[in-house]
Amino acid sequence: MKAHERLSAAISAANDKGRPALVPFITAGYPEPKDFIATLKDVASVGDVVEIGIPFSDPMADGMTIQRSSFIALQKGVSLKWIFEQLDTAQRDIDVPLVMMSYLNPLLAFGYEALAERALASGVCGFIVPDLPFEESDELRAALEAHGLGLIQLVTPATPNARLKILCDASRGFVYAVTITGITGGGAGLPADLADYLARVASLSKIPVCAGFGIRAAADVKAVGQHAAGAIVGSALVEVLERGEDPKSFLKSLLGDAS
Amino acid sequence: MSTLFAAEEAKRLLDAMIKGDMPDARGRFGPFGGRYVPETLVPAFDRLEAGVKEHLHAPGFQAEFQRELREWVGRPTALTFAPQLSKNWGAEVWIKREDLAHTGAHKINNAIGQALLAKRLGAKRVIAETGAGQHGVASAAACARVGLPCSVYMGAVDMARQAPNVDRMRRLGAEVVAVETGDKTLRAAIDEAMREWVTDPDGIYYLLGSAVGAHPYPYLVRELQAVIGREARQQMLDQAGGLPDVAFACVGGGSNAIGLFYPLLADDIELIGVEAGGIGDGLGENAATLATGTPGVLQGAYTIILQDDDGQVQETQSISAGLDYSGVGPEHALLQATGRVKYISARDSDALDALEELCASEGILTALETAHAYAAAREYAKKNPRKRILIGNSGRGDKDMPTLTQFPARTRRHESA
Repeated sequence: MKAHERLSAAISAANDKGRPALVPFITAGYPEPKDFIATLKDVASVGDVVEIGIPFSDPMADGMTIQRSSFIALQKGVSLKWIFEQLDTAQRDIDVPLVMMSYLNPLLAFGYEALAERALASGVCGFIVPDLPFEESDELRAALEAHGLGLIQLVTPATPNARLKILCDASRGFVYAVTITGITGGGAGLPADLADYLARVASLSKIPVCAGFGIRAAADVKAVGQHAAGAIVGSALVEVLERGEDPKSFLKSLLGDAS
Repeated sequence: MSTLFAAEEAKRLLDAMIKGDMPDARGRFGPFGGRYVPETLVPAFDRLEAGVKEHLHAPGFQAEFQRELREWVGRPTALTFAPQLSKNWGAEVWIKREDLAHTGAHKINNAIGQALLAKRLGAKRVIAETGAGQHGVASAAACARVGLPCSVYMGAVDMARQAPNVDRMRRLGAEVVAVETGDKTLRAAIDEAMREWVTDPDGIYYLLGSAVGAHPYPYLVRELQAVIGREARQQMLDQAGGLPDVAFACVGGGSNAIGLFYPLLADDIELIGVEAGGIGDGLGENAATLATGTPGVLQGAYTIILQDDDGQVQETQSISAGLDYSGVGPEHALLQATGRVKYISARDSDALDALEELCASEGILTALETAHAYAAAREYAKKNPRKRILIGNSGRGDKDMPTLTQFPARTRRHESA
């Protein structure tokens, strides 16, 4: 099985249990670098796929919560190299597939070829790159696919249908359906026409569709779960970590109504 | 970074630039440029690109733009001979006076052009970022002129050090939004403006102030600023009787420099861009992006940026807020890589000296940004006597008085004589 197929399989396995897959996001090394692996294991014990955020100096698609966590992690010395080293120590204990969410520049600086090799060795199955639109993505996609890793495409409610088809076809592992027109961590809740939009994406995609942005509570997971294969939880989980609360019980509570 | 291309490739790329073939269809200046934006903004960029293609060079838009430049901005701006500087330096010094444009800097050329475009594209409101406040003031004025609401994103640090410009923007009807994230200066303001744009890509027009960012902005801003170089070229022929040997412009994002240089690329003129050398050569001590940076992606474009080994963008230091930026326009990255334009830097202290000399010699208080170009030109003149020098005087220095008061004027040579 290729690495990116592990992602699709993990999501489908959750669906087979009659619930949407849960995809928690954490900023690597936040709030404390020394707790990164422990937090990751906690989150992985409930989540079906875990998304690891690589801190970046200019997180332009993120709201306050993830920006703040990103800056603090950077201040505390977190880097992509460090994250890989940490993952090496924990790999055997984590059986859910991992995805990295990174802005492009840290990946460019690492070098695509080295990145793909290193990622595969660390149990990472795919990448989400919010500032890399499809038109600019050939080089990274080729480097990742050569190692069986997936480049996960984002689609949004503003994406026209013709483009939606192209992005769904290009995506590997799953399709990341952004639920709102905005940045992460918005408080406005899920939009009213969510069902139509997610159904539209799902109808065009051959791989599972996971919805993200604005998912904060069990009701949200349930709502997106009716039209999407999985729910991505980012800012709300980072807030839990920020408050020093237990991520495991928070994630379990999200599945409460849906399982 | 030194020259990147072999001579033949450099010539091919430069010829393409001169012919007007850059950027290419993908928004590339050779390897630089492109469009690295979140998926949410892709349709907005597609619309902007289509709008630029439809309107920018259409007779109707150009007639309106040229009329506004003439009657509202006050163009053409003067070309001034500088007799005392010429004597001091052993050179023939000419100054292109963008400080005389409305609101006091070249920024207005771009602001009014894009505001007119926003109107034609049916935008409901305009957002803009600003560092020193010059682009913010220009945007506020241009939006008032065309009748669009305007919000200016400005780092909290810059708001404190450029308080008079904050008040100017508000009086011109703009809302000024304090940016408390990141480094709280220009780069954070751009990030925050992008975040706002993502919330309403259909209704908002983002009026970007420099020749940076994702395609089509570097192209759009260059086209709107090229009036500087076109005027200066003709004025040199008319007033000086010939083209300059060398032209200098300061470079932050690089909009005034590309505006001056672009129409001069085909001529036998040495072109020198001057970045902020800050207080030293170390990473974080300056904003000399082209001189010391490496290729990377920042705020929408593949260009030269100041970054560490992990690809984290570094903070900069400069006495001038307008040059205090970790990236540079992608076209400058190509101009450097082809060897057509040379990029050097001047330190804070040299810029201050040059500013003082210009004040005393020619009665012109130039902006701290612009002063870097004078500092480099003066050094050049020492090594290259009797050259005809053109300096792009991108803006006036009134806005810098709060900073300048920390550096009392020295006794002037000719006063004590």
